[in-house]
Amino acid sequence: MKNKEVGMTLIVKTITRLTVGLILLYGIYIVLHGHLSPGGGFAGGVIIALSFIHLMLAFGKEVALRKLSESWASIFESLGAIMFLSIAVLGFIGGYFFLNFFIQKGKPFELFSAGIIPLCNIAISLKVGAGLFAIFAVLILFNKSGDK
Amino acid sequence: MKILPFFVIIPLSAAFLISLLGKKIKNFGDIIANLGTLSLLILSLNSVQLANAHKILVYKMGNWVPPIGICMVLDGLTSFMLVTVNLVSFLVAIYSISYMERYTDKYRFYTLFMLLLAGMNGIIVTGDLFNLFVFLEIASIASYALVAFGTEAEELEASFKYAVMGSVASSFILLAIALLYSYTSTLNMADISLVLSQKGRGMLINLVAILFLAGFGLKAALVPFHAWLPDAHPSAPAPISAMLSGVFIKVLGVYALCRVFFNILGVSSAISFALIILSIISMVVGAFLAIAQQDIKRMFAYSSISQIGYIIFAFGIGSPLAILGGLFHLFNHAVFKSLLFLNSGAIEYSTGTRDLKKLGGLNSQLPVTGYTGLLGSMSISGIPPFGGFWSKLIIIIAAIQAGYFLSAGVAILVSIVTLAYYLKFQSHTFFGKLNETRLKVKEVPLAMSLSMIILAIICVIAGFLLIPIFRPFLQNAVNVLLLGKGYKDAVFGAIR
Amino acid sequence: MSVYILCLILFCIGLYCVLRKRNIIKIIIGLGIIEYAINLFFVLVGYRTHGRAPILAKDQVISNMVDPIPQALVLTSIVIGLAVTALLVAIAIRIYEKYGTFDITKIRRLRG
Repeated sequence: MKNKEVGMTLIVKTITRLTVGLILLYGIYIVLHGHLSPGGGFAGGVIIALSFIHLMLAFGKEVALRKLSESWASIFESLGAIMFLSIAVLGFIGGYFFLNFFIQKGKPFELFSAGIIPLCNIAISLKVGAGLFAIFAVLILFNKSGDK
Repeated sequence: MKILPFFVIIPLSAAFLISLLGKKIKNFGDIIANLGTLSLLILSLNSVQLANAHKILVYKMGNWVPPIGICMVLDGLTSFMLVTVNLVSFLVAIYSISYMERYTDKYRFYTLFMLLLAGMNGIIVTGDLFNLFVFLEIASIASYALVAFGTEAEELEASFKYAVMGSVASSFILLAIALLYSYTSTLNMADISLVLSQKGRGMLINLVAILFLAGFGLKAALVPFHAWLPDAHPSAPAPISAMLSGVFIKVLGVYALCRVFFNILGVSSAISFALIILSIISMVVGAFLAIAQQDIKRMFAYSSISQIGYIIFAFGIGSPLAILGGLFHLFNHAVFKSLLFLNSGAIEYSTGTRDLKKLGGLNSQLPVTGYTGLLGSMSISGIPPFGGFWSKLIIIIAAIQAGYFLSAGVAILVSIVTLAYYLKFQSHTFFGKLNETRLKVKEVPLAMSLSMIILAIICVIAGFLLIPIFRPFLQNAVNVLLLGKGYKDAVFGAIR
Repeated sequence: MSVYILCLILFCIGLYCVLRKRNIIKIIIGLGIIEYAINLFFVLVGYRTHGRAPILAKDQVISNMVDPIPQALVLTSIVIGLAVTALLVAIAIRIYEKYGTFDITKIRRLRG
């Protein structure tokens, strides 16, 4: 009885094991430096989602879903949106919606500067990354018997 | 003035809270959605009083001065549309407490519903053209998903066709915004108007006007672009049909068209002529195709096309009395079309079918549904003294005053045809002989009947909006549209 | 000027694809081509002669920059296009399950 191989060939699996952590780290770098160089929340979020999708394509869906199940993806997505809205509502402290309310905005071109923009980037990347992975997972999990 | 961002904050936060916690806590979706729409209704009634006191209010987002930043504008037209949208959505939210029990994922319905509401509120309050596009897309995507909510075969087909046509229309609108940006290099509505008055109208503005007419016309279901409506509105669940036909096509189509053409680009005689021609064709096509229908909701969908024709006809004429009639008919149609769609949902809930050939004599079994449906039908056909009569009368008088005798004649003829098919609907459904298999149908639950009764009461007393105490509600909105290009002076005057 | 004409030609190719193709997936691809054409047009509107990328870095003299506003707006537009494409693909998968075909001339149960 042949043991059915899930996923792609051995070469793809080896390279994936080496690079998927680097892709995740690269995505986080783009999110955090969104106010200094091109990128920001959306681009970084897509790269983070791509690292999980890469795992799913190379190893099959069980391995990837063990790392991030689709219910957790849904929770992260809503958490990202609520975080973004609460940062915007906190602007009311300074008097206006979406105001950049940090007193100390830091020096330009540093990592810790520009007020609320890095926090907004993190919230957006959470939502976009989790959302994209959730779309992909749901489309994979939909099978012909009308499930989900 | 500080209440303006809350029209967008409350529905968005409600949507994401319901999406996060709706599955775990029982009935969470119901409570949050109804609380949210109730608070929005109270805020919008407050905004009417604010807009009456100070003629125009501007809110700068994040304290950035426009045209660098995005601003939100509250004037008479804004408060009028806010009251219409939030009133209808509050009653629809009450109705869907009981109606959506038969679908499995009720909390997902509430998430999408609140996103739709956030999009529509955002379109109304914003003062920036690209912000309008973003909120338009939010509302459109939520509506594509809501039309396909039941995931039967026909609903998916209708949703796919609607989604493709709606996306093409949105891309036309984006192309028009890109061309307008290349000409004026600013995106704020008042600032575009200022630059256009200084630079003069070029040939490019005519292309922009046609693209906007095509894009917003498809969202409003004017006649060459109406093909998605008779498939999409019957396939949606009944509360969503009421929202779509009642407020969605008006906010995305008619309101955005008015804001862009009256306040930013300026109405030329060519545009008015095009609007009048398209609206007369809409009136006639909608009415004559509605007579032949056998499905209740499909007949109501064609009737929507016909009534939107009336509203755009009034805006095409352009005189003060005509604009008053058009806005009044917009409010009336939102109320009675949503009442009729909720009614058809109640019929389907009790008897399980929507086919006119199989229904009959339900007045004895479903009294509340029957009488509210009768009030709604009489109001939309233009029978005095209900609300629809006054608005149609004002539109026809304004048309005769402006010299469009043939069009006024067509409008009267279409009104008679409207009466004909609503009489057909009433006689086939509620009067006549009762089928023996239907002896056991019961009246609909309390939540559904409550919202239908409230809507019917508003139908009856809507004529009172014209007496001088309540007149400012409509008159402020009319004055904003008549202000035309003076909108930019008002906005720049209000930014301190 | 010729760049704008090419963008419009791309838009018309996408529009032809939406109107005339029979497979649902080809219609979705046509919609994607329309969105690419409009985003490209919007970014090209912001071009200034001899401009460089609108990024401020340390110790750099600011001379001529291209317009940064269309780039931010196009980012939003790309996200919207992604959401619409995802929704259309999900609807198309379910249509295949219910109707058994991807041919749009055979998916016509609603009439009248």
